[in-house]
Amino acid sequence: MEPGEIHALLGENGAGKSTLMNVLYGLYQPDEGEILVDGKPLKLRGPSDAIAAGIGMVHQHFMLVPVFTVAENVMLGAEQVKGGIAGFLDRRRARREVAEVSERYNLRVDPDATVEDLPVGIQQRVEIVKALTRDVDLLILDEPTAVLTPQETEELLTVMRSLKAAGKSIVFITHKLGEVKAIADRITVIRRGKTVGTASPTASRDELAALMVGRSVRLTVEKQPGTPGKPILEVSGLVVDDDRQIRAVDGVDLTVHAGEVLGIAGVQGNGQTELIEAIMGLRPVLAGTVTLDGQAVHGWSTKKVLHAGVGYVPEDRSVDGLVKEFSVAENLVLDIYDRPPFGRGLSLKPDAIAKSAKERIEQFDIRTSSADAAVSTLSGGNQQKVIVARELSRPLKLLIAAQPTRGVDVGSIEFIHSRVIRERDIGTAVMVVSSELDEVIGLADRIAVMYRGRIIGIVGPNTPREEIGLLMAGITPDTAAGAGSAAPAGGAATTAGSTSGTAGEPGAAAPAPEGPGNEDEA
Amino acid sequence: MSSPNPVSGSPDKEPATEAQAAQNAVGNTDRAATATAPKQPEPEPRPSLGRLFLDNLWAANTVTVTVLAVLLAMLVGAVLIIVSDPEVLATYGYITARPADAINSSWTVVSEAYANLFKGAIFDPDASGFQAAMGPISETLTYTAPLAFTGLSVALAFRGGLFNIGAQGQATIGVILAAIAGFALPLPPVVHLLVALIAGAAGGALWGFVPGILKARTGAHEVINTIMLNYVAVYFLSWIIVQNGVQNPNRSDAISKPVDASAQLPRLLGDNLRVHAGILLAVLVTWFVAWLLNRSTLGFELRAVGANPDAARTAGISVTRTYVLIMVVSGLLAGLGGANMVLGSTANALTPLVIAQIGFDGILVALLGRVKPWGVLLAALLFGALQAGGNRMQSYSGISLELVTVLQALIVIFIAAPALVKAIFQLRAARAARLQTSLAKGW
Repeated sequence: MEPGEIHALLGENGAGKSTLMNVLYGLYQPDEGEILVDGKPLKLRGPSDAIAAGIGMVHQHFMLVPVFTVAENVMLGAEQVKGGIAGFLDRRRARREVAEVSERYNLRVDPDATVEDLPVGIQQRVEIVKALTRDVDLLILDEPTAVLTPQETEELLTVMRSLKAAGKSIVFITHKLGEVKAIADRITVIRRGKTVGTASPTASRDELAALMVGRSVRLTVEKQPGTPGKPILEVSGLVVDDDRQIRAVDGVDLTVHAGEVLGIAGVQGNGQTELIEAIMGLRPVLAGTVTLDGQAVHGWSTKKVLHAGVGYVPEDRSVDGLVKEFSVAENLVLDIYDRPPFGRGLSLKPDAIAKSAKERIEQFDIRTSSADAAVSTLSGGNQQKVIVARELSRPLKLLIAAQPTRGVDVGSIEFIHSRVIRERDIGTAVMVVSSELDEVIGLADRIAVMYRGRIIGIVGPNTPREEIGLLMAGITPDTAAGAGSAAPAGGAATTAGSTSGTAGEPGAAAPAPEGPGNEDEA
Repeated sequence: MSSPNPVSGSPDKEPATEAQAAQNAVGNTDRAATATAPKQPEPEPRPSLGRLFLDNLWAANTVTVTVLAVLLAMLVGAVLIIVSDPEVLATYGYITARPADAINSSWTVVSEAYANLFKGAIFDPDASGFQAAMGPISETLTYTAPLAFTGLSVALAFRGGLFNIGAQGQATIGVILAAIAGFALPLPPVVHLLVALIAGAAGGALWGFVPGILKARTGAHEVINTIMLNYVAVYFLSWIIVQNGVQNPNRSDAISKPVDASAQLPRLLGDNLRVHAGILLAVLVTWFVAWLLNRSTLGFELRAVGANPDAARTAGISVTRTYVLIMVVSGLLAGLGGANMVLGSTANALTPLVIAQIGFDGILVALLGRVKPWGVLLAALLFGALQAGGNRMQSYSGISLELVTVLQALIVIFIAAPALVKAIFQLRAARAARLQTSLAKGW
């Protein structure tokens, strides 16, 4: 790092960016290697050491006390006291410091505002001010734009520029290419815990995308070409907001046919989560329709959607997928406990639950000490197998699997993938949402790429990774000169807004030459 | 497309080997390899205060800790007995000169107090005749019954992730409706009792429904609403007692007409012993709640919502509907507890303090019973015994009833702080068990 430089750290989710920076901030201890500051090796035992060495950090999730004022938050951890032993807090001084810093770097914040009343962008600014009052020279911003609206992002970039002008160095962690190109002086790309390259901001988006996504050989999934049947899930013109009432899905059209896997690729946070939650009835549909096997299902309760024959593997298994305190057996019936043979009327049939649990554990190779063990005692892979076993143990029309193998060991990944393909082969429509491009390419018969709440393109599975990587970064082959000619699917990639059809539309949208028989619809 | 610059050249090579390694791993995967595959660290959401508290209760789920907590409480209680007795305290003034005096008098007062506690609650060896022998048990069971109901009420809500502070208010509305049904409706004996009990249950259920629906529809916190509804219920009771048709026409103070004999719970051991059928009902309801929690679809929903509302919602369980149901059933149980106070032998008419503290004691009973139905019944039994024994302790040893309340509080404190009990007694085995549970939960 040079003084007065903005250094971008680029990488996919889980590539190790945040871990690296936490080491730098003294939160984690390095197993090997050392950190040099001004040429001297530095031993950091905690964040206070890091602050003393002039390193400040703004975390992805803010470390602010919501009910305190801005000034109180800024002085927290470095409280100035007056009045000797009485130890009155010197609020006035803290306020003055905040005012001073915000003026010097042109960061408008009101020292007396209560933090919880402030919008997210301003809260982040408070974090920056807090770091600056500690006289840091190096500021680490961990995915600062992940929680910001586009306008707030613009403002943040402006702030970063003025900090740079004041001689501060900034490490900017992100996976968004546009921001990197807009602000960074130097770019380091990290993948799977290793530096895979450095680039200058003049590098094209394709080069950066290629670096970031990598070109590892796909994790092969053995499968025959799919034989798509009639359309099962049809989504048209879907509009959904996220928790902050910001548009997350902005007019999505897609169709999933029986006996095919539709993969949804995209950098996380481009509306994939909201899309599937809306389909599952977990999130209100603001506009558009969702049709399951000819029946309009938008506005249905989640229970009704599940009963209609939809299997759902949620993205975050520990939050949405499992009740950790429950036993394996109970988790195996979490969404079918009230149906025969597990429950009739008000009564539960523990024998039937135990019997079915035994079968599932056998069938899905779930490694557990017993069916009655709490599911939290299982490894991540086996926890995920519990969810997959639960969802695949009833007749399905549609299976929606979100990040089905996140945080799962290699053996379980292979197993889960093979079960997903087997489900496809018996004629279930499957939708796989994953931020792992390898997974999507390996499983999918067609790949829809989501970008900023829209389907930016639908391509075949044999499309080069680079091209999909570009789509994930928001570059369609039409707009990126040179890329289009190399890609056979170039002309077919359509933006969601311009596609109008429901049935039959994907046939037209994905005529990748080697694409496995998308044309033959039942 | 290829980008033949040296920068992207290295990533071309590296992943290839990485992926090969991955493929090899896939190929060679055998049972052992996968079984020992490294766990991926997962971010554990920061547990809430309530969850931590519950975890601690679960973790210390041993009889040992409970017994030791009772012992510790009695030990501290002994100190308080000594300190509160001026004569005994006086002997400590010359403890250096005659230490035997201090020790003897302390031992006498403490042992006598606890002996009376035992005699009042369980069995008096000096008693002659059936009635005197069964007296203490009868008293204990009489105090136990209503506490079991309110304890179950709080425990059930707790299992569903709700903190029902309102058992007091729900029991109050229950006792009002049960009493009015008991003296206002001319009905034949068995039917009258059933109607009065149902009225009490319905009153409690109504008083539970209000915070339940508020929580489900508006997100209003149930703790605040139940506390506020407690006030409403208590002052409604004070008001309704003095209304025409409710107040006893022969009395000028705040007391209602007495409940008809046809609506009274039958006494179990003859007319001279107070124990009544309420305790049988309590056992029955405990069994029902245990069934409801563990063997019913509603209980499954309730526990799922209590443990992880997000996963419950994702699995298609209506969290809001479950919240309302939990509060209704919880209120119903508390209402039955209230009904016990006026249909049993404790009182037969409404007074402003007719239900005493059973709602608030129910919170303690629920926590002491580790929010499990049978545990709650046992805890209620302990509290009932302390109360019955405390009465005798007061009249025979001159120890104030307040000390019994202090003892109860101490027991709960020691049980709620298992780490403290274990640290004091150096319970190594228990500590190891705690470590295991925390490891199991930790990831």
